[in-house]
Amino acid sequence: MRLHEYQAKEIFADAGIPVPESQLADSVEGVLDAVAEIGYPAAIKAQVHVGGRGKAGGIEIATSEDEAREAAESILGMDLKGYTVDKVLVEQGVDFVDEYYVGVTMDRGAGKPVAMVSTKGGVDIEQVAEDDPEAIAQEHIDPAFGLHPYQARKVVYDAGVPAEYARDVSSILSTLYDLYESNDASDIEINPVMITSDDDVIAADAVMNIDEDALFRHPDLAEMEEDSYQNDLERKAGEYGFDYVRLSGNTGIIGNGAGLVMTTLDLVDYYGGTPANFLDIGGGAKAERVANALDMVFSDENVDSVVFNIFGGITRGDEVAKGINEALEQFDEIPKPVVVRLAGTNAEEGMEILNTDLVQVEATLADAVQRAVENASEVAQ
Amino acid sequence: MSIFVDDDTRVVVQGITGGEGKFHTQQMLDYGTNVVAGAVPGKGGQEVEGVPVYDTVDQAVEAEDANASVVFVPPAFAGDAIFEALDTDLDLVVAITEGVPTQDMAKVNKRLREVDTNLIGPNCPGIITPGEAKLGILPGNIFESGNVGLVSRSGTLTYQVVSNLTDRGIGQTTAIGIGGDPIIGTSFVDALEAFEADTDTDAVVMCGEIGGEDEEQAAKYIAENMDTPVAGFIAGRTAPPGKRMGHAGAIVSGSGTGTAESKIDALNNAGVPVGDTPEEVADAIEDFL
Repeated sequence: MRLHEYQAKEIFADAGIPVPESQLADSVEGVLDAVAEIGYPAAIKAQVHVGGRGKAGGIEIATSEDEAREAAESILGMDLKGYTVDKVLVEQGVDFVDEYYVGVTMDRGAGKPVAMVSTKGGVDIEQVAEDDPEAIAQEHIDPAFGLHPYQARKVVYDAGVPAEYARDVSSILSTLYDLYESNDASDIEINPVMITSDDDVIAADAVMNIDEDALFRHPDLAEMEEDSYQNDLERKAGEYGFDYVRLSGNTGIIGNGAGLVMTTLDLVDYYGGTPANFLDIGGGAKAERVANALDMVFSDENVDSVVFNIFGGITRGDEVAKGINEALEQFDEIPKPVVVRLAGTNAEEGMEILNTDLVQVEATLADAVQRAVENASEVAQ
Repeated sequence: MSIFVDDDTRVVVQGITGGEGKFHTQQMLDYGTNVVAGAVPGKGGQEVEGVPVYDTVDQAVEAEDANASVVFVPPAFAGDAIFEALDTDLDLVVAITEGVPTQDMAKVNKRLREVDTNLIGPNCPGIITPGEAKLGILPGNIFESGNVGLVSRSGTLTYQVVSNLTDRGIGQTTAIGIGGDPIIGTSFVDALEAFEADTDTDAVVMCGEIGGEDEEQAAKYIAENMDTPVAGFIAGRTAPPGKRMGHAGAIVSGSGTGTAESKIDALNNAGVPVGDTPEEVADAIEDFL
């Protein structure tokens, strides 16, 4: 789960990390009220869950009321990489002389958290990691002990942070790790940490993502979750509780288990089709869930044909068949041809239940995918 | 022979009184697994499917001489349950639970390096040595005893590939689902190492997926250390970057690491044929045998 910049900054500020004075606004008038209080220059920053907001036009600096109005009008309501901006953070402009990167994330290869510091802040850090990996100092953290103070100092010195700022930057890093640990963050970062012309060290941006599997022990953070779906279909999938990703093709895919569903997508591509989506109904799905999955895929206007691929372990073929019948029997005419392949637990029972007037049945994965791809190209014509 | 589990494995089920725990205990017993005890705090003295329940893993091991555990404990308590199993000095812990917080697993991962116990999972279907024992939720009826080892990050994809093998009369020594989480116990390399040492395993199937670098490390291990031939499959060729494909660990990062292409290249360079379809993986195995 991703927090917005303004939410992360509140958490950072409460923990003692210096942040610029700011106010949240959701209207042009709100922005003007905020700048009147904060003064110029002011940064007006879109609060959406996308990286590279600045480049995409989601951040403007205003030095006058006219500029502030213009920035507010252009940013509020704009579409930023598929997200509509309905809130901006109005923030005191910082006159800076240098920009650093400070962050903590999980190094999955090492199986432990890693602290990272770079003096090349203010730019896409993944790009820095690719072009100039030496520019990012790293220190792995033993999760049983946390980040030792010496480690926080070491990684800051290793990054080449000048001595006069090292103490402040390592203190920010230590606080970041504490927040990372106590909030079950998956990533936490400040990019950039700014060194101001007054020699202050201040967090100009804030990123904090929370491990969704740990939200049960952070009800306060769970409440901060805001709609972050890119489209109505993803929202619907969220409501139904499906793992769903929309792609651009026209063959809809439903299956059980992440690896098998990914494989089904790959096979659609392999047999010359284009996958429309990834939809995993999960383990042990009952009839209603199966019907919901069909409803999801049918409501995607790009979809011309559907393949339903189930290999039952804890999922039972008879339950799946019931769900498919229920979902399809409500239509006078089946909106899009559905190919079903059932294998594994209770597959034979499922095949007997399945209403073959409504669906096409195939025995193997390869045959099912090929038939669905053929259907898709016929419908598309 | 086989790896990690066999006729002698004596299993304690952690979370045996829950819905999943109870159902799969019955399934494991039906398969012939020696489920000798359950462990659930506060439920000591009860019985589930004829299996005695103890309050702690330690008591279960003491009383029933268990040497392995299967964890069906809900995610909030699974990290603690795995710690309990690790601290009881079992040979093997199989964690089925999906959704264990990553930072809990980082702590488990640290402890794992200090003990001799193997952990499989979490977020995995478990392990089966056909005809001898299954620890987990795999459907036993699709497996046949034989001479091919299988290791996979995904449950249902494992079933698909196993059925492609079994349909051709190719059986398995042991099949392991190592789990789809970012931090897991047994890695591909650990499983491959065990298969390489197993004299009855004549070929190995390795099913990977996008995300992380475990498959690349496995490729390196295979090139440098394995005589047993390996055939591979990688799921997620069509996955867009930055999107989590069901498994918590199945994500191609924004900067383009963890792609199917990188994994397939690494495996091909290590001399491992990678099938475009599960059927082609079975073809490759048939060629090896």
